[in-house]
Amino acid sequence: MISFHKVSKVYNGNSIALEDIDFEIKPGEFVSLVGKSGAGKSTLIKLLIGEEKPTKGRVIFGSYEVNKLEPKELPTLRKQIGIVFQDFKLLPRKNAYENVSFALEVGGRPQHEIEGLVPQVLDMVGLSDKHHNFPHELSGGERQRVAIARAMIHRPAVIIADEPTGNLDENNTADIIKLIAKINEFGTTVILATHNRHVVNLIYKRVITLSDGKIVKDEKKAKYALS
Amino acid sequence: MITNLFRIIKYGIQSFRRNGLLSVATTVVMVLALLVFQGLIVFGVLTDTAILSIQDKIDISVYFKTNAPENEILNIKKSLENVKEVKSVEYVSREKALELFKEKRKDYPIIKKALEELDDNPLLASLNIKAHNPSDYQIIAAFLDNDKFNELTKRVTFTQSRQAIERLTNIVNTAESLGLALTILLSITAALITFNTIMMAIYSNREEIGIMRLVGAPNVFINGPYIVQAIIFGVLATILSLLIAAPILTLASPYISEFIPEMDLSGYFYNNLFNLFVYQLVFGSILAIVSGSIAIRKYLKL
Repeated sequence: MISFHKVSKVYNGNSIALEDIDFEIKPGEFVSLVGKSGAGKSTLIKLLIGEEKPTKGRVIFGSYEVNKLEPKELPTLRKQIGIVFQDFKLLPRKNAYENVSFALEVGGRPQHEIEGLVPQVLDMVGLSDKHHNFPHELSGGERQRVAIARAMIHRPAVIIADEPTGNLDENNTADIIKLIAKINEFGTTVILATHNRHVVNLIYKRVITLSDGKIVKDEKKAKYALS
Repeated sequence: MITNLFRIIKYGIQSFRRNGLLSVATTVVMVLALLVFQGLIVFGVLTDTAILSIQDKIDISVYFKTNAPENEILNIKKSLENVKEVKSVEYVSREKALELFKEKRKDYPIIKKALEELDDNPLLASLNIKAHNPSDYQIIAAFLDNDKFNELTKRVTFTQSRQAIERLTNIVNTAESLGLALTILLSITAALITFNTIMMAIYSNREEIGIMRLVGAPNVFINGPYIVQAIIFGVLATILSLLIAAPILTLASPYISEFIPEMDLSGYFYNNLFNLFVYQLVFGSILAIVSGSIAIRKYLKL
């Protein structure tokens, strides 16, 4: 479903962000990408969503060769991927409902469908009473729930979560991870980039460990093993 | 398609409302730019009217000797009318001249009495010639300056007022060039200020636009609401600038008429209200749309 073939990314001709990355992710898998800051986790995600192009190698997502996509083709790819960020990346001038419905509206989904789906998903992430609140009126955990609702609203094949608990306290972290794990149980592939030991241990699934832009470990069921 | 258009319009209106202060600031700058634009239109009309008014007062009068036969004068009139620089030629016969003279001085009994005592009409027949442009008078004067005409004519006023006409021609030409330069300069200034304001407004939204791209919004959903907002800025600013200009021009109108009697400024404004609205709307909206599109491309590399 997702595969990286001999992928390298070099910035400014000499700063190596990723080197010779080669792995595959099957549908329905839950993969944690772990590594210290600067290990290459975010760069890898950027390559997967087409925000950056690799210097070398191929990035495959389903039938797309992402590294060859033109900017105008990216929206089609991104509609099949739900992305959750550490800093939530919510639209500040839209309320919770509008942030979620926006992802469907730009995809051209009919209004009646949107009106049925959005409240359902917001209820599922525990925000049934916060539909009309703007991001600045929500707590960190609630904002991340809106971001997750937005990511899963169009039932994407993959959810990519880049340090989704980085700005949250312990209680909210556990809740968010449970929510992501639940999404995975329903069959959605999840790629979670984190350096949070507790989170990785809680999940106890496949872990790809990155260090200095290289894959140093790829284990089927693992705990956080980075020194 | 229609659903998408409806959504784009909805986002544009929503964004305009929720951006609050930024929307107000952008609209105010556009109002100022449109007031400058409107001022230039009014200035153009004022100078044109003033120039026409002055030009209308210039003419060449050819006075004929008392013994010049009328048919010869009419022949000269006809040949003058064929000169392309000539706008109009008016023939004033000796009798007509006397009639006009009496009419003008009907309140002066001494002059009336003096005229009655004369045996013959002392006034001369004349041709009053108007040119299309002040610079054409020289050509007309040259046309009249030949032996055939000189035999019949007593005097041509152009030679006497030549310097004044030439000076006026220079003033008219300079006023036209200055007006054009001022229009270009102020239009560019107004356009640049508006352009900069809209660029700043979009620059402050760059993160939001980045998020839209990440959730898979096609370019039309990112550009579109800004174009809708640009049209809202244009319409609002046009209405506001006309509302501000109306009382100012109405108040200024009588003072302007004192200098240029032919100019009815408030009449011009209300008669051309629809045209002014359309010009400003087009100018304002194009300015906002072009600025917005450049800003989006520049900052977001769409």
